[in-house]
Amino acid sequence: MDIQSIRQDFPILNRQINGNPLIYFDNAATTQKPRQVIEAITDYYSKHNGNVHRGVHTLSTEATDLYEKSREQTAKFINAKSHSEIVFVRGTTEAINLVAYSLGCSNLGRGDEVLVSMMEHHSNIVPWEILSKCKGFTLKYAKVHDDGTLDYQDFESKISNKTRIACLSHVSNVTGIINDVKRITKIAHEKGALMLVDGAQSVPHMHVDVQETDMDFLAFSGHKMLGPTGIGVLYSKKELLQKMSPFQGGGEMVKEVSCSQDHCAISWNEIPYKFEAGTPNIAGAVGLGAAIKYLSDLGMDNVFAHEKELTKYAVNCLKDCNNVTLYGPSELSKKCGIIPFSVKGFSSHETAAFFNEYGIAIRSGYHCAQPLHQIFKLDSSARASFYLYNTASEIDCFVEILKELNG
Amino acid sequence: MSTVGDYVSRIEGTCGAESDIIVNFRFEKKDEAIKNILKKATLKNTIAGIIFELNYEGVSFRLYASGKAIFRGFKTKVDLMHFLAKLLL
Repeated sequence: MDIQSIRQDFPILNRQINGNPLIYFDNAATTQKPRQVIEAITDYYSKHNGNVHRGVHTLSTEATDLYEKSREQTAKFINAKSHSEIVFVRGTTEAINLVAYSLGCSNLGRGDEVLVSMMEHHSNIVPWEILSKCKGFTLKYAKVHDDGTLDYQDFESKISNKTRIACLSHVSNVTGIINDVKRITKIAHEKGALMLVDGAQSVPHMHVDVQETDMDFLAFSGHKMLGPTGIGVLYSKKELLQKMSPFQGGGEMVKEVSCSQDHCAISWNEIPYKFEAGTPNIAGAVGLGAAIKYLSDLGMDNVFAHEKELTKYAVNCLKDCNNVTLYGPSELSKKCGIIPFSVKGFSSHETAAFFNEYGIAIRSGYHCAQPLHQIFKLDSSARASFYLYNTASEIDCFVEILKELNG
Repeated sequence: MSTVGDYVSRIEGTCGAESDIIVNFRFEKKDEAIKNILKKATLKNTIAGIIFELNYEGVSFRLYASGKAIFRGFKTKVDLMHFLAKLLL
């Protein structure tokens, strides 16, 4: 990949922050947008804006074509069998909530179990916790080793014939650890459980094939993969989506609403529309389609290889820095471009504020993954996360400034 | 008469048990805010000329040249507002 040429596509990378060129290392939180995505959204609003489906006028037809084209691009990107297996949602959080509430309300109850890991983002814990209190099922937590890697033995041993669904991040948003979701999916299926994969940190960075892994659900967000905020995806197998109850009610998701004074008969629309109540984020979907095209043109294997190189380079530079502690596995083959760290004598927020003085954006806090920070015995951590437009010279600058913080 | 709100655009409690509180000064008033703070607080150390490690009335905090200050140990934002009033006004 020609990184310098790629960087020309991202107008925001020309910005100065506090008198310094922006170095954006907060890609696990959200990514910057190439002009191709910005232009696709502008073009949509400038020329094609209309509400989708069941409109006969030209703008509605064009908007529908663009919206559905994006669904087809998304299906192809993750190798779904059909575009009807792609549900557009607001983001990963809504996708997981959709599964939790749809399955949970009608299929989970006392005696059932749901399994999550201790490395999950809160969005893959909290919906299940809320629902377990209402429905009476048991939520189990699989252990994580001290270096943040999944305890596969514990996860696998906790999948029983009572487990209805197992939930796991493909890539940890704190450590960048890549979990073997294919292995876990196989075991879940052997025990009759469904498998939900949080792909928020994997789909933007590597080739993910839903058929090859055989996962039942995959959730991911557009804004973490060059697309706009407010658009995300739930993938699920056709036969599952057909069986599941709707998550939200409203227009678009119904085929027929027939009411008398004391009775109302409702039939659901076909999938995926059954799960897309109300006017969807059409411009967001168009932007996501442009982002997927951009990534596909570059090739996900190239994107992944570039980030691996950057991670290796950064870890090598950082591991010898005084007063800096890196978290996560020492074996880099198990992880991708996320580096959590702390600096002695500084809170994560103080560290991030220091970098900001030099125009470097990193994240601080517990990154919505408090259980994992408890395992690391940390209140919070600083996190640098890379994407396709980052360079080794940016890492050099980052390391130099870190040395200044250390005096 | 000036108020804390004239200087402060946003106060954010951070996540995590250590609960830092980040005070962002208004862009147009940040230089004045920094000047006022440096006049009243005791300077303990500077880091790279852009972080000022300060103490005022027994409270240690860090002030950043671009217009931020990070405080710790305040139970509520109201307590911090009282402290900021003494520091800024």
